[in-house]
Amino acid sequence: MSATDITDPFDLTSRSNNLVRRRRVERLVSVLAILSAVAAVVLLALVLGTVLFKGLSQLDLAFFTKPAALYGVKGGIADALVGSLLIVLMAMLMAVPVAILVAIYVAEYAGPKAASAFRVMLDVLNGVPAIIVGIFIYGLLVVGHGQSAVYASISLAILMVPMVARATQEMLELVPRHLREASLALGVPRWRTVASIVLPTAIGGILTGVVIAVARVAGETAPLLFTSSITQNQISFNIHNALPTLPLRIFTLSESPSPDDQAAAWAAAFVLIAFVLVMNILAKVFAGRKRRSLEGR
Amino acid sequence: MSTVVPDPEAPTAIERRGIRLGDALFKGVALVAAVGVAAVLGLLTYKVFALAWPAIQREGLSFLWTQAWNPNTNVYGALTFIYGTVVTSVIALLIATPLSIAIALFLTEIASKRVAAPIATMVELLAAIPSVVLGLWGILVFGPWVANHLEPFLTQWFGFLPIFSGDPSQAGLLPAALVLTIMIIPITSAICRELFSRVPRDLSDGSLALGSTRWEAIRRVAIPYVAPGISAAVLLGLGRAFGEAIAVNQVIGNGNTISRSLFPPADTLGSRIASSYVGASSVIEAQSLLYLGAILLVISLITNVSAQMIVNRFQKARRLSTG
Repeated sequence: MSATDITDPFDLTSRSNNLVRRRRVERLVSVLAILSAVAAVVLLALVLGTVLFKGLSQLDLAFFTKPAALYGVKGGIADALVGSLLIVLMAMLMAVPVAILVAIYVAEYAGPKAASAFRVMLDVLNGVPAIIVGIFIYGLLVVGHGQSAVYASISLAILMVPMVARATQEMLELVPRHLREASLALGVPRWRTVASIVLPTAIGGILTGVVIAVARVAGETAPLLFTSSITQNQISFNIHNALPTLPLRIFTLSESPSPDDQAAAWAAAFVLIAFVLVMNILAKVFAGRKRRSLEGR
Repeated sequence: MSTVVPDPEAPTAIERRGIRLGDALFKGVALVAAVGVAAVLGLLTYKVFALAWPAIQREGLSFLWTQAWNPNTNVYGALTFIYGTVVTSVIALLIATPLSIAIALFLTEIASKRVAAPIATMVELLAAIPSVVLGLWGILVFGPWVANHLEPFLTQWFGFLPIFSGDPSQAGLLPAALVLTIMIIPITSAICRELFSRVPRDLSDGSLALGSTRWEAIRRVAIPYVAPGISAAVLLGLGRAFGEAIAVNQVIGNGNTISRSLFPPADTLGSRIASSYVGASSVIEAQSLLYLGAILLVISLITNVSAQMIVNRFQKARRLSTG
């Protein structure tokens, strides 16, 4: 234990503790981290850029107003747009009220044990592959009744509920306790406190969750294969039949060898991406409103 | 002052019962919704197994290690697809995990808030691209690039490895794994970012004060602190990769055999179900596809439930240590 062979730990000019090497490692790691972030951004730009470049040139009014054409002829996506719109709208109408009720139960009524059990259940449901949900609805409803847009929307609603419920529940838990307590202290019943104080305060965050979930399921393809894939390519509003949809149209066009079909696939992908991006911008707007309302401004 | 004057505005007994009834009703409806969703999860598991049951009975467990898919002779096995699922997902994770951690470190430790916010948004947007669009890009742009540039390059430098041998192919395990990588990076990096931002300031400050470099503080303090969370993030990414059917189907080429190389066409559980179910040539093939579905469900339930368990234990431990 002689003190002489220990270098002074406070001597920062000393190179004995490999300070140069350690600094070099640090710089290397920083560069790698920056490169990774750049890679992710470049990937996004590559995919979006390709869709924009190859899709935009194909777009004209007829593409939006005409239904799909037979093989080899350039058709439109009007039929698929109508189908997607109807199915996603129905899925939203089914999923959002249920999801908000589940979130209210978990955040406002359930005890800590039940709340954590329901949270795990929602996360597990969220992790079920979309194609399995398709098989489920196929076995439960399509077998014996045939495909229909309603069944397609039920399968999308099953995918939406856990997303919206988790987002809502997290928002409800962010609402300050004192707001609830003030309302209850004034004699307002619990359910009216939730409906007129807690929900309006959290509405921005809830809308963000809803919009992101809508964007996610609008591009979902796998469940539609089982529930709404055998379709006639014409504009139809009959929700009891299978309806053509945008994601499934892109899927079939993408595997076609015809250059016309591939061009139509890019154009349809452009429309879908544009919708998804608009929804995400909308989500940011709602998220901003959430922050302001929670900060009481 | 002490005399109690009845408040004319106070609710009467009947009104109070109305309030209690309203509360009970509201709570009841919310509970029914929550239990209903749990029941859907249970029903889903039951139904998928009930659908697969004829095939499970007929083929038995040996289905799991049989390598065949022949609608003409009606011989079916899942090995090719289990192999394809596991290999594509594991490769995707091996690439995505370090990248995601690096992105998260960049966003939380290196970049200023002004730079971090838009880049975080862009990484999130990567998750918003529908899988069918990513698959379209994969089949028409990325696949040809992999066949013309990436695979010849890999063969030239690492051709002595059997996984990088053979003829380049536009569709196969490699492009599928890389497309999956793109899909899971936003998921895992978002969780990692959240984790790193929760590392207590005083822990890393303490490490820096003791003379460590920023990287040493990250590696020896921050990363051990969030390690369970990172493993949960990896499992969640894995669950996503296992279950993706559409984008993989577009780029993997629907092969029927297991090859030592990553280049030739292969297939995964989800992708095979997506491509064959509608056009299944016989009841037996359809039932075998449902068996594949049951296998996929079991795999993804296991990964997701273990991820949740890790997250829960992590949160409990943190609560104990901080409170």
